[in-house]
Amino acid sequence: MSTATMTLSNPQVQRSPRHTATIYLKEAKYEFLKNLRLRVYTASVLSFPIMFYVLFGLVLNSKEAIGGTGVPTYLIATYGTVGVMGASLFGTAAGLASDRGLGWLQVKRASPMPPFAYFAAKVVTSMIFSAVIVMALFTLGFALGGVRMPLAQFARLLGTLVAGSLPFSAMGLALGYFTGPNSAPATINLIYLPMSFCSGLWVPFMFLPKIVREIAQVLPPYHLSQLALGVVGAGSHASTATHWEVLLAFTMICLGAARIGFQRDQGKLYG
Amino acid sequence: MIATLEQSQRADTANAGLIVASLEGVNKNYGHVRALRGVDFRVRAGEVVALLGPNGAGKTTAVKLLLGLIPPNSGRARVFGGDPTNPENRMRTGAMLQVGRVPETLRVREHIDLFSSYYEKPMVAAEVLAAAGLEKLSDRKFGDLSGGQRQRVLFALAICGDPDLLFLDEPTVGLDVEARRMLWDEIRRMVGRGKTVLLTTHYLQEADALADRVAVINQGEIIAEGTPSEIKAKTAGKRIRCVTSLSVNALRQIRGVTEVKEDREAVEIHAVEAEPVVRELLVRDVKLSSLEVTSAGLEEAFLALTQDTAREGNQSN
Repeated sequence: MSTATMTLSNPQVQRSPRHTATIYLKEAKYEFLKNLRLRVYTASVLSFPIMFYVLFGLVLNSKEAIGGTGVPTYLIATYGTVGVMGASLFGTAAGLASDRGLGWLQVKRASPMPPFAYFAAKVVTSMIFSAVIVMALFTLGFALGGVRMPLAQFARLLGTLVAGSLPFSAMGLALGYFTGPNSAPATINLIYLPMSFCSGLWVPFMFLPKIVREIAQVLPPYHLSQLALGVVGAGSHASTATHWEVLLAFTMICLGAARIGFQRDQGKLYG
Repeated sequence: MIATLEQSQRADTANAGLIVASLEGVNKNYGHVRALRGVDFRVRAGEVVALLGPNGAGKTTAVKLLLGLIPPNSGRARVFGGDPTNPENRMRTGAMLQVGRVPETLRVREHIDLFSSYYEKPMVAAEVLAAAGLEKLSDRKFGDLSGGQRQRVLFALAICGDPDLLFLDEPTVGLDVEARRMLWDEIRRMVGRGKTVLLTTHYLQEADALADRVAVINQGEIIAEGTPSEIKAKTAGKRIRCVTSLSVNALRQIRGVTEVKEDREAVEIHAVEAEPVVRELLVRDVKLSSLEVTSAGLEEAFLALTQDTAREGNQSN
């Protein structure tokens, strides 16, 4: 969106598509490296869901089943959703809030960087970390929990969860624009933990009280986890399309909010 | 077509005297704070201009306006005759800003690699590292660098695109003397390559060491402009220390006195010229003792200049 408006008002800047691609690639590569080397990020975002999966899916309950689906398989979908949420929210919001609040984004904005490359890098990095988490859970389940599924089914599970990174990245961008560098991590936790609990990611959904299950209908992690559970045959009876529609609507709302923040930063609305 | 346009613009910049950056009647407010008040300011091709002023004078605001990071409330900021937010202009400018936190887990060469990729014709990485004195630090993570080294990385990011126009906002703030001199050398080297430079500083000494022209800014207004020696001449002054029974107010009335401070049992008087003030002092107070006259330091002289305008401002209010 931002690049489009900038290019429209300044038609004389024409980078070759190859040069533009190089910028997007480098931006994404260094965003990925930056987060990979950030112990706070990798420790919380990667090890958190993996640790819980090992404990509740492999050490305990590994012979149990929920609605006909083995616990180790079921929990790949739910802890996978937790992992995707964490990787995406922390990957976008924390970095953006800090870059904005502490001046780094201004240095980038003063350079000829295409603004969209900055956001794309954050989203792509979140998707890569999401994929890494889901694959790690599956590998553990396969090796230690007897998880077996056809390759096509695994591809669908992975694809669903990685695509599910988008709504949370969008939410992270919005949060990054409306939180400060110090308050961002706390704010994310404040949203991430209750939201994932109410969506049945910590306790299987059917065991939650009725009121919580009703609240969950408006929570994006509920819909993403139901899509993932649907792939492994443990989904609710609502249609797949409904879940996607809710996630899409949520993504659009968050992008809209992020756009307001972006324009405010550019000084177009205030100041 | 694009190439010809760019070439002709580059040829234009080679013409000395062409205005490459300007603030025209700019007012900028942050809420009730008037950061800049009717500022007119120009930077010509090939010049090194220092915007000199105390903290909070509006220097950074001026730079941010010229970089198109914030819009003015009235008036306009122009770079290369156009809008500073124009990406074509950003391609030809480099900026070193005051940053609270730079991504710390990336290495020096990685930061440079990324920023170089934004530009059409960046400098070779080795050249950037050499120009910023970072050859031996290229594999270090940003978080492992000292304050002076960090400033040099930010400087490297400003120059890596081989820009025609460089904005350096307080490039040496917080650096020790040695690190400051090192960065000065690096800035001079860029000047030697024909760059136009606008730097902000609150050290008169720094403006003197680097700039062809100095604009003194205080409380959002440009209060003096000239070559460093002209500014120094305007601000040059003497410091007179003595023990006297005259009141501070009486001392302030003496012609040529710019500032009076009580210092234990003595008073410290700043004056444009010492002789007439000393003559007057001796006439008014025959018991005056412990008289000392020294040259005011550059910083104090500058302080006197900015306080002068503050006083005039108060009187006119």
